[in-house]
Amino acid sequence: MTSQTAGAGRPALAQPDLAGRPRAVPPAARRSGFAGTMRSEFTKIRSVRSTYFTMIAFFAAGVTFAFAATAGNRSNAGQASFDPTAYSLRGAVALGELIIVVIGALVITSEYGTRMVSASLTAMPRRGVLYLAKAVILTCVTLVVALITSFASFFVGQAVLASTHHGASITSPGALRAVLLSVVFETCCALLAFGLGAIIRYTAGAITVLFGVIFLIPLLAQILPTSWDDTIVRWLPGGRALGPISAAKPLPDGSYLFGPYGQVAVFAGYAAIALIVGAVLFRRRDA
Amino acid sequence: MSIEARALTKRYGDKTAVDNLTFTVRSGAVTGFLGPNGAGKTTTIRLILGLDYPTKGSATVNGKPFSALYSPMREVGALLDAKAVHGGRSAYNHLLCLAQTNDIPRIRVDEVLSIVGMSEVARKRSGGFSLGMNQRLGIAATLLGDPEILIFDEPVNGLDPEGILWIRNLMKELAAEGRTVLLSSHLMSEMENTADQLIVIGKGKLIAECSMAEFIARSTHQAVRAKTAQPTELARAVTTAGGQVTTTGTAAPGRSTELEVRGLTPERVGEVAFAAGVPLHLLAPLRASLEEAFMELTADSVEYQGAAHELRQLAESGTEAR
Repeated sequence: MTSQTAGAGRPALAQPDLAGRPRAVPPAARRSGFAGTMRSEFTKIRSVRSTYFTMIAFFAAGVTFAFAATAGNRSNAGQASFDPTAYSLRGAVALGELIIVVIGALVITSEYGTRMVSASLTAMPRRGVLYLAKAVILTCVTLVVALITSFASFFVGQAVLASTHHGASITSPGALRAVLLSVVFETCCALLAFGLGAIIRYTAGAITVLFGVIFLIPLLAQILPTSWDDTIVRWLPGGRALGPISAAKPLPDGSYLFGPYGQVAVFAGYAAIALIVGAVLFRRRDA
Repeated sequence: MSIEARALTKRYGDKTAVDNLTFTVRSGAVTGFLGPNGAGKTTTIRLILGLDYPTKGSATVNGKPFSALYSPMREVGALLDAKAVHGGRSAYNHLLCLAQTNDIPRIRVDEVLSIVGMSEVARKRSGGFSLGMNQRLGIAATLLGDPEILIFDEPVNGLDPEGILWIRNLMKELAAEGRTVLLSSHLMSEMENTADQLIVIGKGKLIAECSMAEFIARSTHQAVRAKTAQPTELARAVTTAGGQVTTTGTAAPGRSTELEVRGLTPERVGEVAFAAGVPLHLLAPLRASLEEAFMELTADSVEYQGAAHELRQLAESGTEAR
């Protein structure tokens, strides 16, 4: 340590102590790459409060909606068209979509908002590696939370319907498929938001566009002449097109839609486009 | 261990931020990267780090593009913007997530936190930190990989005197350990205290790449101080020999008077005085400060410079030609 006396009497600002320090930096055993960057991204996502707020909101919204929707429709439970699975999952899908996109976008836009991206890219200058690590960690985290939320929503809904004896069990036809497809759908939402976040780079901008896409486009489509709406509704990123995903039975108004797998595939396609365009821009643009 | 820029050019639309820069940052020295605000220092550093892509030319670190480094943090530590941290993340987690990308063990995070004296606030969210603390957090991040090359962009900007001294001492220690340090600043006094080598740019162009001593020596402000009891005789002799007497102290009978002589070396002034039979009481070189040298050499690259200054420069170059 140098014998500078600037910090004398002010222990809070000790002089830098480089001399004689231990050097706990082993030489690199391998090239810095994907494994370390994934660990880094997991540290990032678990060390900010917005992740917890968003995920808890997602869980609470799914479960609360499952409770409210099933409790409010107990008297209809005997009808043949009543789908107990759909009533318990629709909240997780429709509300969850709105909440999950926030975390998906934030994973990348917060890097730009805080300008942390310079530090991240200086530590890991291979941009494709950083982008992929972010996407993989986001996928894993969303999958886990969506699995918990979807199953919890399903069982809460069925518990409410238990007294009517018209509830579904997880082994009922289509029930497990609906629960799992809801999880896949939520994960696609996160990735769509992530891709758009990489394209737009501003949190507010990305979330505004996402809400517009999810809410406004399906709403505007309803204003169109019915024949047009019927033609395009299956291709929309929200609204009626999400119906089959959370349903165990075929929808009464589902003739203009793809089946459950088809509607998830449409949405996955949008997510894939956003992810790919985001990746290209993330690699090409100045950070 | 060096940083090289070859014909490095960056254009934004029709504005050229970095214009055909070629330089080498020598290893084992503190190189000052000097230029007025807006000269392109930060852009150049971003190009070196691969954050921005050059329009033309290239920048390499240890002979490779930055993105090809094997373990980037073990080779280069860079601090661009101390405030560029997620305010919701603790100091420890900020450093940990950076360390993990390069497989640097957790114990090193604790170590750099103690080097910068932040162990006690390691678990606090960085959003509540002062600029000085953020600066130290940023420096801790550069030290994570114990790199041989360190790049600091305006590290003392906005710091209080205590913080500035802290950074200055750190730079000196890093240099004493034989590391390569590239330090950008527009604060001359900081540079003069810390840097050995200089890279000076203005309007994105290279103005000088030399040692600090050479750069200062280039200044026409280089002068010689002489004291004598016979100022008139000395002034006449010096003028005859081709020098200019620029400042004359107040003459008092029987007391020595100070003259400032330009255009002659101290040796020449001594010889001239001896030949003229003028006893000298003092003869000393008057070194220009880095700031004076810098202002003079970057004068025509400062965007808001006045025409009067250009005229003065023209006049001076005319004098030299004769």
